[in-house]
Amino acid sequence: MFHRLRLRIAEHVDGPLLLIAGGLMLAGLATVYSATYDTNNRALGQLFNLLVGVCVMWGVAQLPPQKLMRFAVPLYLLGVVLLLCVFLFGVKVNGAKRWLSLGFTRIQPSEILKIAMPLMLAWYFHKYESALKFRHFVVAGLLLAVPFALIAKQPDLGTAILVGAAGFYVIFLAGLPWKVLLAMIVAGASAAPFVWTMLHDYQRKRILTLIDPTTDPLGSGYHIIQSTIAIGSGGALGKGWLGGTQTHLEFIPERHTDFIFAVFSEERGLLGNIVLLALYTLLIVRGTMIAANAPTLFSRLMASSIALSFFTYVFVNMGMVSGILPVVGVPLPFMSYGGTALVMLFLALGVLMSIQTHRMLVKK
Amino acid sequence: MRFKGRILHKFTESPVLELRLPAWRSRLMALVIFCCFGALIGRSFYLQIINTDFLQEKGESRYRRDLEISASRGRVSDRNGDVLAISTPMKSVWAIPADARLDPQQTKQLAGLLEADAKELSHKLNSDKNFVFLQRQIPPDIADQITALKLPGIGQDKEYRRYYPTGEMTAHIVGFTGVDDKGLEGVELAYQSQLLGRNGSRSVIKDRRGQIVEDVGSIKPPQDGKDIQLALDSKIQYLAYSHLKQAITDSKAKAGGAIVADARTGEILALANWPTYNPNNRDHLSGAQLRNRAVTDTFEPGSTLKPFTIALALEKGKVRFNTIIDTAPGKLVIGQATITDSQAHGPLTVAQVIQKSSNVGAAKIAATLPAQEMWGMFDGLGFGQAPHLGFPGEVGGRLRPWKTWRPIEQATMSYGHGISVSLMQLVRAYTVFARDGDLIPLSLTRAGPQRVGGTPVFSQETARELRAMLEMVVQPGGTAPKAQIPGYRVAGKTGTAHKLEGGQYADKYLSSFIGFAPASDPRLIVAVMIDEPGIAKHYGGDLAAPVFSLVMGGALRTLGIPPDAPLQVANGADAPAAKGKL
Repeated sequence: MFHRLRLRIAEHVDGPLLLIAGGLMLAGLATVYSATYDTNNRALGQLFNLLVGVCVMWGVAQLPPQKLMRFAVPLYLLGVVLLLCVFLFGVKVNGAKRWLSLGFTRIQPSEILKIAMPLMLAWYFHKYESALKFRHFVVAGLLLAVPFALIAKQPDLGTAILVGAAGFYVIFLAGLPWKVLLAMIVAGASAAPFVWTMLHDYQRKRILTLIDPTTDPLGSGYHIIQSTIAIGSGGALGKGWLGGTQTHLEFIPERHTDFIFAVFSEERGLLGNIVLLALYTLLIVRGTMIAANAPTLFSRLMASSIALSFFTYVFVNMGMVSGILPVVGVPLPFMSYGGTALVMLFLALGVLMSIQTHRMLVKK
Repeated sequence: MRFKGRILHKFTESPVLELRLPAWRSRLMALVIFCCFGALIGRSFYLQIINTDFLQEKGESRYRRDLEISASRGRVSDRNGDVLAISTPMKSVWAIPADARLDPQQTKQLAGLLEADAKELSHKLNSDKNFVFLQRQIPPDIADQITALKLPGIGQDKEYRRYYPTGEMTAHIVGFTGVDDKGLEGVELAYQSQLLGRNGSRSVIKDRRGQIVEDVGSIKPPQDGKDIQLALDSKIQYLAYSHLKQAITDSKAKAGGAIVADARTGEILALANWPTYNPNNRDHLSGAQLRNRAVTDTFEPGSTLKPFTIALALEKGKVRFNTIIDTAPGKLVIGQATITDSQAHGPLTVAQVIQKSSNVGAAKIAATLPAQEMWGMFDGLGFGQAPHLGFPGEVGGRLRPWKTWRPIEQATMSYGHGISVSLMQLVRAYTVFARDGDLIPLSLTRAGPQRVGGTPVFSQETARELRAMLEMVVQPGGTAPKAQIPGYRVAGKTGTAHKLEGGQYADKYLSSFIGFAPASDPRLIVAVMIDEPGIAKHYGGDLAAPVFSLVMGGALRTLGIPPDAPLQVANGADAPAAKGKL
């Protein structure tokens, strides 16, 4: 009986994935604790978030990919409609219109698109799999462009990049013609000056700050300067857990959310960074393995997109914190404190597990 | 990632699953990931291995601070220990706007405690500056209440506030400080180096909010400034100040000054000026209010100088106490100028020349003296030299070299014109009569109990004779019966000087009276000066003498100096003969 229950629970759980994610969660929990214990401890809150996330993951993993596919269109439409609502009646906080007020709480519809976007495109390519034409890529491009533009307009460049990348991976792996890709790169490069004029002042400032943070050390350069100092003073082996002076003297901004990598890096040093990157690489590798083993085009595209999205998250966040990319609001997966973003990540893990564990059933 | 390609390859062999993702696309992605993660590791290596020392130093410079511990400025107190100037610990309240996220209720509470406008406060809290002062000089009890609110982003620093309990009464003596405890006027400026403490320092670790987390290294304690005890007596100062103020108000005068000095020690017991100011609130300060007139303003003293010329003539044997000088017809022509008395007196004794303040008499006596000797005496009395009390802006007045004197100038100088002095200099000069002919320096600080030995100017005999003459001034028939004090013998001299304006003597006067008591053994010297009275009775005997009487009488009683005369007033306090003279 007990044995069967254990089997039932473990049936749709992918062991390696859970193990890797667990390692990241532990590292994240310890870092959140270190970043906040002397002011406003968030470790318990994060633990709660993680538990909720694991439940969501488990629940999603029970659903076979075929069922997941059914959510693609409604979820995508819901997301886009909500984004339109944000555009029309959104709540403005700190100059950005990202939230919808429901009276008792506020929601951020762009989070939905993080999963709805690849789901929709994977479903779309799956549907027209047998006769994929160039026009299908055009439609897919439009399906991607609309929410991307709406999110970028809010403005929320970080989320827009994540959603855009997740969608792009699907289109790219579905077989976007090489020539189109090349043309896009050329067009993108030539449009760069035009895009520059379209950026918000603060966004332009962030890019300029990246080139030389000292131009505005107390303004937009502040984050980068503080985080590079924190990372650099960590040295090869770090200052030890709870030993990061830059962290505990509160010099690192948003140290338990987007800039948690600076805290980790100061306390764990170069060695810690390598271990952390290795864990993320394993996560991505496991994700792509699942994709490679997946039986259907939908599953394969979906799993690949998720795995590559993890890479996007990690690279954009770490690149920003260590000062090689402009500052955009992207959390570090499984490390940064935060409810919604974390649950979305676990949801993605759940999808991966579902794809991995329902494979055999399909075969049979 | 190559792993993936291999798996894909395996799939292509499967007849069931023909679908596959193009291998080159996966490889491209793997390459991208490899490059990106490589860049991250490279960046990490650059920051954590190559630049780690530099960045560690930068980090330390952000949290390590050398702080000044402010020292308390010394107190200024009067001779009885009553505080005249004190530094009270205060707090300044500041905010880091980025951290100070207060709800409206908290903002209102804070505004209430700071006595600030809530709107203005929230404007400050929402500014994009990194640091703003919300309010400085907050009393400690209010500061504690603010601390108790535990507001985020709001901090406090210790500072001092200079407070002057006696306010405008002692403003000109004590002066005041500006920013950074810098003395700007009065004793605060004169004794700046003693009063100023030396700040200590400590090395601390501060967090981003500026809050001190811990001390590192040793603490250098601050050295508080030294206290200064003045010779001033607050009670006597009060007498001088209030009576002077009253007299100036009554006579609609422009300004005035009063000094009380101890004849034995030279200590300044009181120094009052009008107009004055409140040193605790200097928002609307005019130059006229700031002027310490008794020290910084010189004037032609008029008749208060006559006793010196007479004393010199006595000393040199030119005249004696009862030598008759004929002052009729109240006029004396020297060269092209005419010296006049306010009324013709006829023949007067030398003593009566003082008593009735005859200009003609004084001029005639001066004519018997060589210019060089007169100059030597004036110089010996300290005219033309600043009294070196340490006050800012002390002046020496004008005493021209004797070789340039014309006869008419020597004559007018005998009754105090053509020479200028400050009230403080006059007080110092009068120590020779209050004592036995010796001049002593005046001092603002306590001189000690011993009787100070002075520089002899006149003989003991001359000083005694002059005291007798000066006593006659306040007797019936003198110019200042109003200077009398019940129970004490008083000696003194009136002065009523025409004021020079642009080289011409205008219809403006400066009334003065200087005297000492008890005349049998002088203890105190009091000088009173009233500038440009706005009423017809502008004579020193009418305006300055009553102030003298009130201040001197009060001071004698305050100090418990035994009376040396019966308690009844000599007749004729208002005798018509008591008319002031030029």
